[in-house]
Parts: sequence; C-alpha cells; structure tokens
Amino acid sequence: MSEYAEKIRGIAKKLLDDGTVDMVIGFRKGTMPLINEPCFVKDAAKVDALIWDSSCGVNLANYLPKRKEKIGVVAKGCDSRNIVTHIVENQITREQLYIIGVPCTGMVDRRKVRLAVGKEILSVSEADGKITVTGDGYEEVLDKQEMLQDNCAICVHRNPVISDEVIADPVEEQTDVDRYADVKAVEAMAPEARWNHFEQLLDGCIRCYACRNACPLCYCPTCFVDESQPQWVGKSVDKTDTRTFHFLRAYHCAGRCTDCGACERACPVGIPVRQFTKKLEKDCKELFDWEAGMSLDVRPPLDTYRPEDPDEFIK
Amino acid sequence: MQNPYLPIPVRIDKATIETEDRNLKTFKFVYVNPEDEAKFQYKAGQFGELSVTGKGEIPIGIASSPTEKGYVMFTVNKVGLVSTALHNMKEGDIMGIRGPLGNWYPWERMEGKNIVIIGGGFAFTTLRSSIVMLLDPENRKKFGDIHVVYGARSPGMLLYRDELAEWEARDDINMHITVDGTDDPDWKYNVGFVPSITEEKAPKGDDDTFAIVCGPPIMIKFTQPVLDKLGYKHDHIIMSLENRMKCGIGMCGRCNIGKEFVCKDGPVFTLEELNSIPKEY
Amino acid sequence: MRVIKIDKKDWESGVGKLSGDYSLYGPVKQGAFHNFAPLEKGQMPDLDYVNTRMSPKSVVYPQCETMFEYTLDENQPDHHVNKEIPKDYSPRAILGIRPCDVKAIDLVNINFDNPEYQDPWWVQRRAALTTVALACNNPCSTCFCTSAGTGPFDDSSADVLLADMGDYYLAKVMTEKGEALVGKAGFDQDGSAEAGAIDDAAKAAEAKITSKIETDKLGDKVTTELYDADFWEDVAFACINCGTCTYLCPTCWCFDIQDEVQGTDGCRMRNWDTCMSALFTKHGTGHNPRPNKTARVRQRFMHKLKYYVDKYENGIACVGCGRCVQQCPVNIDIRRVCDLMNRFEPGKECA
Repeated sequence: MSEYAEKIRGIAKKLLDDGTVDMVIGFRKGTMPLINEPCFVKDAAKVDALIWDSSCGVNLANYLPKRKEKIGVVAKGCDSRNIVTHIVENQITREQLYIIGVPCTGMVDRRKVRLAVGKEILSVSEADGKITVTGDGYEEVLDKQEMLQDNCAICVHRNPVISDEVIADPVEEQTDVDRYADVKAVEAMAPEARWNHFEQLLDGCIRCYACRNACPLCYCPTCFVDESQPQWVGKSVDKTDTRTFHFLRAYHCAGRCTDCGACERACPVGIPVRQFTKKLEKDCKELFDWEAGMSLDVRPPLDTYRPEDPDEFIK
Repeated sequence: MQNPYLPIPVRIDKATIETEDRNLKTFKFVYVNPEDEAKFQYKAGQFGELSVTGKGEIPIGIASSPTEKGYVMFTVNKVGLVSTALHNMKEGDIMGIRGPLGNWYPWERMEGKNIVIIGGGFAFTTLRSSIVMLLDPENRKKFGDIHVVYGARSPGMLLYRDELAEWEARDDINMHITVDGTDDPDWKYNVGFVPSITEEKAPKGDDDTFAIVCGPPIMIKFTQPVLDKLGYKHDHIIMSLENRMKCGIGMCGRCNIGKEFVCKDGPVFTLEELNSIPKEY
Repeated sequence: MRVIKIDKKDWESGVGKLSGDYSLYGPVKQGAFHNFAPLEKGQMPDLDYVNTRMSPKSVVYPQCETMFEYTLDENQPDHHVNKEIPKDYSPRAILGIRPCDVKAIDLVNINFDNPEYQDPWWVQRRAALTTVALACNNPCSTCFCTSAGTGPFDDSSADVLLADMGDYYLAKVMTEKGEALVGKAGFDQDGSAEAGAIDDAAKAAEAKITSKIETDKLGDKVTTELYDADFWEDVAFACINCGTCTYLCPTCWCFDIQDEVQGTDGCRMRNWDTCMSALFTKHGTGHNPRPNKTARVRQRFMHKLKYYVDKYENGIACVGCGRCVQQCPVNIDIRRVCDLMNRFEPGKECA
C-alpha cells in the first residue's frame, strides 16, 4: 500500500506544481487505527501528508459538490462512480477535476475488526491481504477479505470507471459474489416478518442524519426532513417519522446509489442502512439493467423517458 | 417550580396591518388571566416569545411601552412558519407569550443624558417602546435631548405612522423621518438613507450622548462609520441584535455569539462589547 | 465520605433490593456495544464494559421529551393553551456510570440550573438521581479524562464510587444520596482499612492514560483571534456536519423546540439538537450567521474549549470520554483541535 501512497503524492505534487489543480483531495493518516481523515492539500510541499491504505473508506466524492476550484481527487471504484453521478447531476464539472484513480481491494470495516479482536486496538498494519492488529500485550493477524466492509465484500466495480491517471494496474474484479443475498432474504420474508425486520433495524436510530450527510447523493440544499413549510416529517425519534426518513431517503437514492457504504460506515449506532438502498439498487438493475455512475453519457433511469417504456402509466 | 418555558395565555385584541406590503402587522394582546400582567413587567428593549400552538414560538421585540398598561403589543414581520400562522390569526384568537426576556436598553446608565435613536425598516419596534416610554411625563424629565432618525424604503413602509406624525409635532423630541425614495409630492420629511440623515441631523457624540441603533445589517454597517465620525465612543453606541432562538433563556444554545447568548446576555449590547466577540449575527 | 466493602457475591442481591425504591439504569449490551438502559426487575447492569456508545445523559435529559400539551379544539375549555403534564420524578439510580460521565452531568447542570432560570425537567430529574459510578481500572487509548478536569477514579460528582478490586468492590460513599442507596441495598461492611487500596488503584489507572490534551493557554487567547485562526478550514474540511459528536457527547446540551399536532391534540416537545446543522442558526429570513460547515465546526470547538472556558471559568466543556474521537465517521479529533487552539499564536502558522 505504501507504493500507492508514493504514487498519489507524486501525482499530487506534479499537479500542484504545474498549476493543473488548486487543491488535491485525499486522505491523511488518522489519529486512530482503522480510520483515515479526508483532507486537502494546496501546497506542493505538503503532499507527504497524503496516504493510502485500507482505512480510506470515506467517499471523497462527498467533498466535491458546488466547489469552485480545480481539484485533484483521489478516487477508488465507488468514489469514481459517485463522481460520475455528480457530473451528470451538475454538481461539479468534468473540467474542474483531475481524477487520480485508485484500483481498490476493498476497505476494512473498523467495527468488524474491533469485534473480531474483542480488545482495544492500538495499531494496525497490512500486507499481502493480511491485517496485523496489535494492542496491549497482543498481536493478531486477520484475513483482510474477511474484515471488509459488507459493501466492499460484494463489490464488482473496484477499479475506477473514470480517471485522468490511474496509480496502478487494475485489480481483478470479483465475479463470484452474490450481490443481493441480503435483499433476497428480506424479499422472501412474509410481510409481517419484513415489517418487524425493518422495525428492529431502525430501533436505536438517533436521527443524527450521519447516513444522509456521509452520502455523496444527499446534497439537496434543504433535505425534506429539514423543511418546515410544510413540515413533512416530525423531528423526534418517533418510529413513524424515523421510518419515513429512512424510506424516503432510500427512494431518493434509487438509481443513483453506488453502494459505496458511506451511510453504514458513518452510522454511530450500527444500523445496516444499506438494506434499504440495496433493494432499490437491485430493482434498478433488474428493471432497467442499470448501475449508477458507470458512464457520463447516459442519463439515470429515473430522469429518462423512453417511448418503449413497458409501464402504461408513464405514457 | 416556576416553568420558564410555559407561555402565558393571551387574546388577540387587535391586529393592525402596518405597511403597504402587508407583511408587518401589529398585534395588541390582552391577558386571558388578568393576574398575569404582573408577571409580564418589562422594560423598553426587551423581547417576548410569541407562542402559536401547533406551530411554535418566535422571539419578537416588545413594541408597547411599560407605561402602557393592560395590554402588550408586538409588530411581527411575516417571514417563517410561526409568523405566517400568526398573521393568519384573527382578533379574539388565543395564543401565548413568554417573557419578558433578555436585557433592555441601559436606561439606568443613560439617565440625564442625550439620546439619539436610529432605526431602520421594521426594526423600529423596541424603539417605539423606548420613545413612548421616554415621552411619558414622569420619564421625559429624566433625560436630556432626544433625537430620532427613522427611515424606511418608502412612506408606506414606515411603522406607526400616526404616532410618528404626533411626535413630529412635539417640541420635546427631534424627529428626523426619512425614506429611501418617494414619488409622493406631499412628502414633507427627509429623503435619503439613514446613515446620511444621521450624519446631517444627529448631534455630535460626547460623554453625555448615547446612540441606540437598531436596523437591518446594511444600515448598521453604514451608520457605524458615521457615528465614529460624529465622535461617539463605542461604549456609547447601543445596539440590539437578532439571532435564531428557541428557548429565549440561554439554555437551548443556538443564539450565542462568542460566549454571550443574544437571548439572555443580550439582545442589547454596546458596540464596544460586540467588538470583542465574533460577528455571528 | 466513608469507604465500604461490597463482596461481589453480595452485589446482585443488594442491587435486587434497590428495585423497589429506585428505577434502575445501567450499561447493557445492545448488539455490538453497550448503552445505558432501564434495568428490568432482576436484570443486572453489565459492568464488563469500557464505555457506552451513547452517553448516559438521556437518563436525566431524554433525547425527545414532551414539554406541554394542548388542544386545538375550540369547543374545549382552555383550547390553544399550553399545559404542563405530570412527569415521573421518582428516585432513579444509574449503576456503573463512569466517573467522566457523572462529571458531565454536573457540568451540564451549569446550563440548566442557574441563578436566573431553572429548567424544571432537568432540575427535578437530576434531584431524583443517584449515581453509582464505576471507576475505570483500564481506561482506553482514547480516554483523556485526566487532562479534561476529571479522571478514572474521580469521586467529585458521584454519589457512590465503586472500585473493582477483583472479588469485591470498595465503595466510596460520597453523599447523603449515596448513603441512602447503600443503606437500602444493605451494603454496610466497613472498608476503611482498605481505603488506601483505592488510591493505589487510582494512581495505577491514571498512569495508564496516555492520551492528553493541552488546555492551559485557552483562557488567555483573544477570542476573535482564535476565531479567525487559519486552521479552521483544515480542521473542518473532512466534517460532514452529521452531528454524531454532539449526540454522543455527554456534555452537549443544545436542544430544539418543536410543536407536533395529531388531529386537534398537540404538544410542544424538545429534542436534542446539534450545532452541526445549518438549521440550528438559520434565521426566518434565510440569513445564516453560520453559513457553512467551517463556521459550524468552529462553533462546536470554540464553545467547548473557549466560550465555555471564559463564561464559567470552570475548565473546558469536555470530560475526555473519547466518544466523539471513536465515532466520528471522518476522524475529526477534538484532542488534535484542542492542542491546535491551545498552541495558537496569531500570525504564526499552525502545524
């Protein structure tokens, strides 16, 4: 992974030196193991702060909307697809961006590691698909593949779909994964069981909106939950209001979600928020053969009209 | 235990449209329980939370004067959820008020001094309260010269027009009413922005003269250098701030500027105090 | 203060005796982490935990709480009049709360109970509360309590402080409320002979705390200069304004007031709020004095580490529990920001 970091630094330095960009958005080393901090570098002399490892899960596309500068942005597969979505949705222009593509082998789920180790983690290193975790009087080696975030474990677009420069050879895409096993399990439930499942899922939601704010798609100037005239949703932790928030948010992401996992990664109380968005991702795949953010040239299904649309109501 | 969040029930006794754009209405409230009047003893410059059940509360400066008994009056600009609901209410409807809240213009410190009141637009409400209070015979003798510079976009946007005319006719207060512009041939007062009228009409600043400034940010921004030029010291310039509020008693945490809460430590600050805190208003 | 000894074999029966007199709260495992929750009759607090995900502030200060009720039905007497509602202020006890979290309740009290105004719900709920704190023998790497005005064995806020000595607890009974609780539990074995062991354990625990912040110069900084410091854009860049830090924080007390109506029944309620939200300060006119995330992030840190320091001269508004450090989804670390603020010199670039 350190060669990735070297490569990123080199490109960043060049871009800042020759004025191609005003800033480079990437990651710097976190103050804690297993989480790095998104940062920007504007000064070529400071590119050494940039790093890369399997704790760079935050989706950097989230930092692009409405920015005016010329930006170099480090992008793994999912980030690049969200960048495509941003460009298609006019949140940023392609010309503003220099995309530094990073072929990705998946990001580590810090909570999974903590749970697996069961002890406090003081430092982490990785090499050859293994994660070495050390703490007070112990060292443990874990298989990275088993510690991946759920979305990374089933990701089939690990390589950037758009970039100006890629820092390494493409990684092999996963082909033998069942991307929708969890959705199918929920679909198979009887309605009442499914309802209970969702009830339990959302139990404990504190309405902090971390899932929304971490999501690159949630850039609305005023979110429907924050609107007061009219007020669509109550603001307490009332079950109906909480459900309304999660369901509507998921629908708003239909055909746009890249399953980057930002929502789940951010949730402070561990709600598997992806269960909602994942269902809509699956529907879009099945109904429209659509995957979000794969091309700058195609409009997303829900903002396209086709005369041959099979549904009557739309005609 | 006294519950500081509990509004006192009041009845809308009268609602008057103030301005030609119909966005400002003055509400005269009477207490549903007459004994509540004693709980609502206020000073000019304080505010109250107007409570509309089902909608919420809004902090509004008290426009009536402590010398006006039996009712309390607020002038409300229609901008948001609560103020719009309030504008749609009718005479006789029941709602609530909470207060009085916040501090007031430093009348104690200003006793015996000259006062220049500078107001713009619809921020004239607590200034009306102040003027009515000052002109009360018991109070008038406690203060020196009184000047008022008050401006609005057009004659139809001035608040309390009948009273302005009455004050204009008196000789114990110097009124300098102005509008940004007008095509009314009968307009007999000033034309020009508040800062320039202030520069022309306001007395020079000295130890015995205080300026009370209340208006939109743009007016304040351009009035301040004028007051500097006239020699007002920053601890003699009194300003009233607005920020988004909920509790009104310094607990909910949103209206702070630096370590001060606009609702509890303010809304009245001297310019000298404001100079040392972030401009988050 | 006196020291008593509680054999662990007696702990469960003692706690059992309390359930008639107190509503009990304690740490319980909820999925992958612990939270404070009401204990059912017979349920024991799970004291084998380091720190809970959410702070225990909700025991005295619920996330959502009805303030008043009213009817909009004009056929009813007193329609459109807010009315107080009965609330449960019967005695409640938190078992196994950490010393930093008890300290936080005292700290928040400064906001809700002051000479001018008393928040009736907070004040009465706090008055009804007895805290049995559990000292930390093994603080974690993100704990910086000792440099945030408290510590793993801080007994200054708790009614009872338990020190885990292996087979038994030594308990410092600090207050009358604490005496009442241990009396009802039937814990009365004198432990004064071993009081020194608590001090030793405290020293050992404090020595394990490696995470420290610098706060000594915060009070001397000029507010406006610190506010204009050049590091805020860098500090705030990663922030997604989610408010996780504020919801988890034991010392964040800001709230929102909302009216909710169903049919003609309405209530006024308050909910925890967060300074990370743009709506927090947005005026009705649309003007926002904190218009961007940098302004909002700065507010959170300035409030905790400067405004509070200046307003109350009572240290910082943080007890070093480390929850925000652990759960921030983008790794914004208050320890780093605090040091930046403490080391800030106008005109000099900060690293």
